[in-house]
Amino acid sequence: MFGRKRNLDDFNSEIDAHLELEIERLREQGLSEDEARATARRSFGNVLQAEERFYESSRSLWWDHVWHDLRYALRMLRKSPGFTFVAVLTIALGIGATTAIFSIVDATLLHPLPYPQPEQLVSVVDDLPGVGARDVGMSVPEWHDLQRSGIFEYVSPQAFGSVNLTGSSQPERARFSAVAPNYFALLGGVKPELGDLFNPEDQTPGFTLEVVISDGLWKRAFAADPGILGKSLRLDNDLYHVVGVIPGDFHDAGQTTEERNTEVWASAGFAGAPAPPPLRKSHFLTGAIARIKPGLTIAAAQSRLDALVASLQKEFPEDYPLQSAWTVRLVPLKEAVVGNVRQSLILLLAAVGLVLLIGCVNVANLLLARASARGREMALRQALGAARKRLVSQLLTEGLLLSLVGGMAGLAILFWTKAFLLKILPDSLPRLNEVSVNWAVLLFALVASLLAGVIFGLAPALQASRPDLTLMLKQEGRSSTGSGEQARTRRVLVVTEFALSLVLMIAATLLLRSFWDLLNVQLGFNPQNVMAVRVWLPEPNDPETDIYRTPAQEAAFLHEIERRGRTLSGVEEVAVGDLAALPLGHGRDNLNPFPLIFEGLETPINQAPLVNASLVTPEYFHLLGTTLLRGRLFSESDNEKIPGVAVINEAFARTYWPNENPVGKRLKLPTPGDRSTLSWNTVIGVLADARTESLANSSVPQMYLSLYQRTAKDLAIFVRGRPDTAAMPVELREQVQSVNPELPVFGAQMLKETVSDSLSERRFSMEMVGLFALTALLLAGLGIYGVISYIVSARTHEIGIRLALGAQSPNILRMILRQGLGLAMAGAAAGLVCALIVSHFMAGLLYGVRPADPLTFAGVAVLLIGVALLACYIPARRAVRVDPLVALRHE
Amino acid sequence: MPTQDAKERLELLQGTLDLLILRTLIFGSQHGQGIARAIQQTSQEELLVEHGALYPALQRLEERGWISAKWGVSANNRKARFYALTAAGRKQLVKETNKWKRLTGAIARILGPEEVG
Repeated sequence: MFGRKRNLDDFNSEIDAHLELEIERLREQGLSEDEARATARRSFGNVLQAEERFYESSRSLWWDHVWHDLRYALRMLRKSPGFTFVAVLTIALGIGATTAIFSIVDATLLHPLPYPQPEQLVSVVDDLPGVGARDVGMSVPEWHDLQRSGIFEYVSPQAFGSVNLTGSSQPERARFSAVAPNYFALLGGVKPELGDLFNPEDQTPGFTLEVVISDGLWKRAFAADPGILGKSLRLDNDLYHVVGVIPGDFHDAGQTTEERNTEVWASAGFAGAPAPPPLRKSHFLTGAIARIKPGLTIAAAQSRLDALVASLQKEFPEDYPLQSAWTVRLVPLKEAVVGNVRQSLILLLAAVGLVLLIGCVNVANLLLARASARGREMALRQALGAARKRLVSQLLTEGLLLSLVGGMAGLAILFWTKAFLLKILPDSLPRLNEVSVNWAVLLFALVASLLAGVIFGLAPALQASRPDLTLMLKQEGRSSTGSGEQARTRRVLVVTEFALSLVLMIAATLLLRSFWDLLNVQLGFNPQNVMAVRVWLPEPNDPETDIYRTPAQEAAFLHEIERRGRTLSGVEEVAVGDLAALPLGHGRDNLNPFPLIFEGLETPINQAPLVNASLVTPEYFHLLGTTLLRGRLFSESDNEKIPGVAVINEAFARTYWPNENPVGKRLKLPTPGDRSTLSWNTVIGVLADARTESLANSSVPQMYLSLYQRTAKDLAIFVRGRPDTAAMPVELREQVQSVNPELPVFGAQMLKETVSDSLSERRFSMEMVGLFALTALLLAGLGIYGVISYIVSARTHEIGIRLALGAQSPNILRMILRQGLGLAMAGAAAGLVCALIVSHFMAGLLYGVRPADPLTFAGVAVLLIGVALLACYIPARRAVRVDPLVALRHE
Repeated sequence: MPTQDAKERLELLQGTLDLLILRTLIFGSQHGQGIARAIQQTSQEELLVEHGALYPALQRLEERGWISAKWGVSANNRKARFYALTAAGRKQLVKETNKWKRLTGAIARILGPEEVG
């Protein structure tokens, strides 16, 4: 009964029925047909009024009002296309940009990982806080302890890397991951598109010789051969056979794009060849992920794990000395995957949200200006009996219509530019492939539009519906100056706009200065005209079949490569190093940490400090232009026949031998070819610090070892001399493959690009925030321009009188500018306070500049006030050019 | 035939029409014209009920759930919409009647026992 509505016809037929009954009764009393009809009508009263009252009580009226408001709003927007265009464009850009950033945040931070029960997935991280070491890796016995602990359903190591894939048309480098046989069962929900996955119960100690390959590799290297199953392929010269193909939409749970786009998975027990003997102290597993048993929270699992760690420390006191304080942390897998970009993304979302807010304030200002022009219309309508509620809803409808149209236009822009936008995102952004415009993103856009509409529609609506009727109507044809309250609201809006813009501009300037400082740091090496190409030597599981097993075998190969490289035209120098020697170009899986045991300080190996070492040929130092401070560099005679030598950097010397001459000092390092024993190495030289590890930090301890004394599989060939980058990689590949046709040569890059690429994430957030800040500045400028123009036009009459009475133009100009300046200064002051708070949250993203850098704050404030004065100057000049005669006649 | 001219009849006080409708329906379901007639007759033609005002009132009462309505056939075989009291309406009637009695009692006490005029 409540939900169903009677329609008007039903009501009317009831009235007809009433009249008929009444007529019949009256006729029975003896009246004639006509008399009866007239009397019935008379005693019924006003039929139309009854209908009207019925109609007003019905709920369809509400829809009628909405429909009416909507049509009226559409008419109003069509009538002032200039205003509509500017407002819709402002909102479209704001909503479009905000939605774009939100779609990234949604994919990376908000969405659960694309595996079933993702909340049970964790990354297992081993730390030694006692010796200041984090993420030190895990040993095989520790892995087995975790699997038996009853806390986890599955635990699997993850060893990302790459392998030489041969057996396909061109030898190539494939992204590779060694995992436990339970890996896909651990992630869950993975269905192969062909064949099978690994058997989670497999107990093979070494590699199972079965691989699962990605859809991409299957199509690229095997032409989507439907008979691929059981076929064999060579990875680093070892024979494996394919058991399954993973669908293209699967992405591995890695931290970088490379890791997430793994192409070959091999399963291993990590306890047989080629892995070292499974000793508790041998922490060679670089990382592990696990699935917690159902029903157990991460916190509960962590507390049970802590107990396990404590009991292991008691059981194996010599492996886990108390002072190293071994701990095992469970980090939600999602956190491990996206944790490092959280701060940047939130900054971006906040920045773009501010731009949207400033846009809203601008549109509110425009609407207010219009509202004051429509003041008489509102007053008239109210005087004629329009309810205030109806006027407010009328104006709100206009606001909402604007914002929805703007939001739709924003989405349209987003769809058009989607491909381009995805391209400018840095590749290193985690979960990049999951970024999409989905329902959540559309909903966000809708809510943002509605909120924006309410924000900028409400203030003018409330203002305009509360006019002083007599005043407004008395103004007759005079151009309305708006009430004092309205002018005040507009000033407050402009001040807000300035404050918000200032915050954004300061944030952008701080990021820009950080970026600039990083670009212009003294590198300590010279990347000019240096190209690096990468070559991987195969690493067969059986060392006996490795033709580059000993340093002497590899050295012969390296000499040949360098000799051939130097014959290429334009090449001045050639050197070879391992991947760790590639400045700024290596990810976390390419680090080569060595434990250091100093002479006279016989620390146990699992407590020794770790330092990254680069293996290089003697030519490396001169090619990169590093500075030798003490001692000597490597020479051809530093080969495997003589005891190991090492070159260190200043930071290393400062850290471990403060105030001593490090040249001639000895330290124990793992023996080449047998990492389970240690042997002595002598420091022969000290290099000046260079930013080869990190642009932001010059003093990372570094050690260089001779590539003629140790072997490395992950090689980088450095070539200096020719700026021509196109032909060089091809020529180099021909030279390398003429020595060994099975070697993949790939990843050619100019070192200058490597350096600038290492800043890609910083550059991205700087450019984005910078763009938003410029937009904000433009909007704020337009805002103050609007307000001052409005003030000028409202005071034309007054200015005319002043001019007629002899006021000087400069005085008038100053008077107008002073008003603008006041607004800008108030905005700047409020903005400076907010910026101080905001910039402290950004401290982690800054380099070489303090969050409260006075120069930035002052400079940006001055710039903003300058823009404000410029924006005010245009209307101010118009004011002084007023012809007094015209102005006085101005209504 | 009306015994009095419409001008001499009493106009209803605001809000009392609802009470009269509810009271009329206590004797069973009735259509609008029947309700109008009943009120006029029971008040011995003292009260002026504009029939047109009756229907919005019926509509209001129906929306509040105090009366229910369905189309039916009148005694003389004509189509009409019949209204009936609901349980909620019955409760409302008791409440309104008490209120009305208190109000008229209070006003009567103020106006005094003697006849005015």
